[in-house]
Amino acid sequence: MTVGDWPLLAVALPFVAAALTPFVLRYAEAAAPYLLCLFPAAIFAAFAAAIPGIAAGQSLNCGIDWLPAVGIRLSVRVDGLSSLFALLISGIGTFIVLYAGAYMKGHPGIGRFFSSLFLFMGAMLGLVLADDLISLFVFWEGTSIASFLLIGFDHTRQAARRAAFQALVITGLGGLSLLAGVLLAGQIAGVHSLTELLASGEALRGSPLYPLVLALFLGAAFTKSAQMPLHVWLPNAMEAPTPVSAYLHSATMVKAGVYLLMRLNPVLGGTPAWESILPFVGGVTLIGGALLALRQTDLKLMLAQTTVASLGLLVMLIGLDTDAAIAGAVAYLLAHALFKGALFMVAGAIDHESGTRDIRRLGGLRRAMPVTCAAAALAGLSMAGIPGFFGFVAKETLYGALADLRVWAAIALAVCGNALMFAIAGQVALRPFLGAPRATPRHAHEGPIGLWAGPLVFGAKGLAIVLALPLAVSLTLGPAVNAVAGHPVDLTLHALPEHVELPLLLSLLTMALGVAAYLSADRLRSLLDTLAAVLKWGPDRGFDQAIAALLRLATLVTRSLQSGRLEAYITATMVLTALALLVPMTVHGEWPALPVWPHLLLHEWAIVAIAFVGLVAVLRARTRLTAIVSLGAQGFAVATLFMLFGAPDLAFTQFMVETLSVVILALVMTRLKLAERDHRPLGQKVIDGSIAGAAGLGFGALLLRVTQTPFDSRLSDFYEANSRLVAHGRNVVNVIIVDFRGLDTMGEIAVVMITGLAILALVRVRARIVIHKEDDRS
Amino acid sequence: MMGTVIFRTLSPLISALTLMLAVFVTLRGHNDPGGGFIGGLIAASAFALLGLSHGVPAVRQALRFHPMSYAGFGLLLAVCAGLLPIFTGRSFFTALWTFPQVLGVEIALSTPMFFDIGVFFVVSGAMTSIALSLEQRGGGV
Amino acid sequence: MESVFALLVTAFMAVSVYLMLSRHIIRVLIGLALLGNGVNLLIFTAGRLTRETPPLIAPDAEAITGIVANPLPQALILTAIVISFSFFALLLVLGFRAYQDLGTDDTDGMRAAEPVDDPGPPEGY
Repeated sequence: MTVGDWPLLAVALPFVAAALTPFVLRYAEAAAPYLLCLFPAAIFAAFAAAIPGIAAGQSLNCGIDWLPAVGIRLSVRVDGLSSLFALLISGIGTFIVLYAGAYMKGHPGIGRFFSSLFLFMGAMLGLVLADDLISLFVFWEGTSIASFLLIGFDHTRQAARRAAFQALVITGLGGLSLLAGVLLAGQIAGVHSLTELLASGEALRGSPLYPLVLALFLGAAFTKSAQMPLHVWLPNAMEAPTPVSAYLHSATMVKAGVYLLMRLNPVLGGTPAWESILPFVGGVTLIGGALLALRQTDLKLMLAQTTVASLGLLVMLIGLDTDAAIAGAVAYLLAHALFKGALFMVAGAIDHESGTRDIRRLGGLRRAMPVTCAAAALAGLSMAGIPGFFGFVAKETLYGALADLRVWAAIALAVCGNALMFAIAGQVALRPFLGAPRATPRHAHEGPIGLWAGPLVFGAKGLAIVLALPLAVSLTLGPAVNAVAGHPVDLTLHALPEHVELPLLLSLLTMALGVAAYLSADRLRSLLDTLAAVLKWGPDRGFDQAIAALLRLATLVTRSLQSGRLEAYITATMVLTALALLVPMTVHGEWPALPVWPHLLLHEWAIVAIAFVGLVAVLRARTRLTAIVSLGAQGFAVATLFMLFGAPDLAFTQFMVETLSVVILALVMTRLKLAERDHRPLGQKVIDGSIAGAAGLGFGALLLRVTQTPFDSRLSDFYEANSRLVAHGRNVVNVIIVDFRGLDTMGEIAVVMITGLAILALVRVRARIVIHKEDDRS
Repeated sequence: MMGTVIFRTLSPLISALTLMLAVFVTLRGHNDPGGGFIGGLIAASAFALLGLSHGVPAVRQALRFHPMSYAGFGLLLAVCAGLLPIFTGRSFFTALWTFPQVLGVEIALSTPMFFDIGVFFVVSGAMTSIALSLEQRGGGV
Repeated sequence: MESVFALLVTAFMAVSVYLMLSRHIIRVLIGLALLGNGVNLLIFTAGRLTRETPPLIAPDAEAITGIVANPLPQALILTAIVISFSFFALLLVLGFRAYQDLGTDDTDGMRAAEPVDDPGPPEGY
């Protein structure tokens, strides 16, 4: 590993932090958040230092072999797009760690929380930096799992468990879709890495399997980035602690789907399917999310639904697929990550200090929480798209792109969606702070620095970017746009419009509509509530029903296959055994030839006859003594047969085993009653007898057929020839057991040993085990 | 029947002879019929017989250690016999032979022999444990 | 000779399967014991039968000379006999303990692990 491999170390660092967190928390206590935030800060610094090189058009590639036999590497690629994401993940992560330190202070599960958070950070960094397609999938699933752990952090509440489970199921299905997608795309293009895949767009788009590849990737992106109707998990994920909502469910993880679409735009984009599905789904999600947001009164839920709407807007822009639209998408992505992360943290701070997140119970907090109010105002103005803030620049850019295309439906959707988000920005960022102070569950006051540092920095960043717009464009936004477009784009953004054109008019219209919506928000909400009452069969209910149906189906299948009756299991096994033996012999015409009359000596016939008599006697035994004696009889007959046919070792062993069997059977049977006669009615006897006869016939016929084929004696010849020369033993059987196949024998004596221990345990457990039904359920 | 004087008097003698037979059968196993499995079973039957005639506690006392301890020792011995070749640079379970002269008689010592003795202990220990624990519960036939 | 052994194996297998299909635990166990013997005989016969000449090398010879019984199936069966015996003992004790604790030797009555009125898994979260 060399200095050039630092991006790999950057991916590994959060995992190291996750492992160290418990120790840091134990020994550093109050200072722990300040120490822990150094990890993401270091990663941020590393990527910030690499910016000039990236901006000059370089891309860093490095990696180590993982499974070289199948071409899988743990490799990363840093270009404009991935470095923008990496900066967001590490930069926001730094303040999230500080924020969480204040927000979760004193919580008993704080170690678990920070560890999960760092696991997520590592997985997310890996996801946006991964070059190898399989690594991409692995990190993608890593983010889903970390998200599951964090949503279900407060696992004693059922709502949190449900939300975590739902998020895992939906994003997990998307993950499987991604795996299928990368495997199929890699197969078609014959590549293993994103770098190579980006160069084989022609081959993919021309492939007859292109629609399938597209569907698989879209399945992954739409589940992760909460496009309708798969968005349900995102609002439910607000069960997570607020730092998680701010970090995973607004700024970073939900952008993974957007990242995937941006990344694959040069490969999969530009086709009619891409340019129709994405804008449609994105547009529906934009309006749907914005309307759902207006319905909410909970600060976090409002923000969550507007996140859904913003993700829809991003997907729509990517689907429009012009350079300007991509520029708008990248700009909006950055703006959204900053203002939404800040507003979530503000919502958390309000909740933390006042005890409620219901906007109807909040008001006049500007005096009690002045710094938080300032941060909220900065972020809110950016979200609303007020001139002077980066949100406005992003919105102007995307309106410009839409205006160029003259797709009026898209323009209408964007204006309506943005107007609604304007209204919600006001509701979230202004309403709690304006007006007369209201009584809240807790007496509100300004929180510790950790709670307001992040929002303030992000809010201020929305202003700072505008002031240094050309620099931001040339260093981060421009390279990202180039990477998404797949070719160099001449990007210029304007802090304020230079001419009065359509985009500016659209912005003004948005603001006018937004003010109207803000003022009539309560009326709109009650209107939407009536509508929602009618349409209560949403996808959220559908998820519950689907899971319940799956469980019922599984129970049904289990019940029918596993009746709990040993008889049924053995019957099934034996029927299948008989079929497996008889059917192939019949199908292939391999039944044995009728044997000639065997030439056995008289005493051999006598022993065989004893074995038969013993078997029949076992079958017909009415008393336990008869059963034991006849079982012994057939055993000794078998032992004698071994003796007669050149196997003295087997004969001795069998004699000893039969003796011991008779002894222990006699010992146990004195306590176990043997039913007087077979319990089975005649019909059952006939059925069982037929199954038994068929199985027996199968084994017998197979054996006869085998003995009628030529015998391959090579292995036996080897043992016979080498037993004395190599292993110095004259008893070939014993030499095979203790020398040639010694390892097998060791396994076998271990089994004997374990059964001995198990029997000892069974005999010693004297306490009567009473099974309580409640114990199973708990 | 189990409590008769003849049985009680003869069984220690029979058991002792059986045990000697077990050792003999085990050690000659490499060249003639026999070996650890058979020897172990014979030894187990000797203890089972003694248990029936004199009661389980007497056998346990005579054994000093729990039968499963013998089995555990046997498994350890077998594994060590397999591990020994590793220290001479050979692979696991390669047989090692040495033929030292003791009092002018050549004696064959080998890892397979110790392995077979391990088998003897495992089988005799486990089987004796099974038989004794059942005899203790059942109280004899 | 092999045909007689094939017939014997048929009888062993049929009787053991018939006994295992019973609901009485002790019959199932006897069926299992017979199954072990049947399978051993099957392996023994599949390696071909040779009368009365065990696979022993004469003290003055370096390798087997002449026709002897096949040593390979014998090595397989020898350990199988001991293992099937130890499993038979285990199952016997298990059946005995089950009889003591559940009060029945009828496998249909042994429903502790899978109760008849099992309400199924909970459908909540």
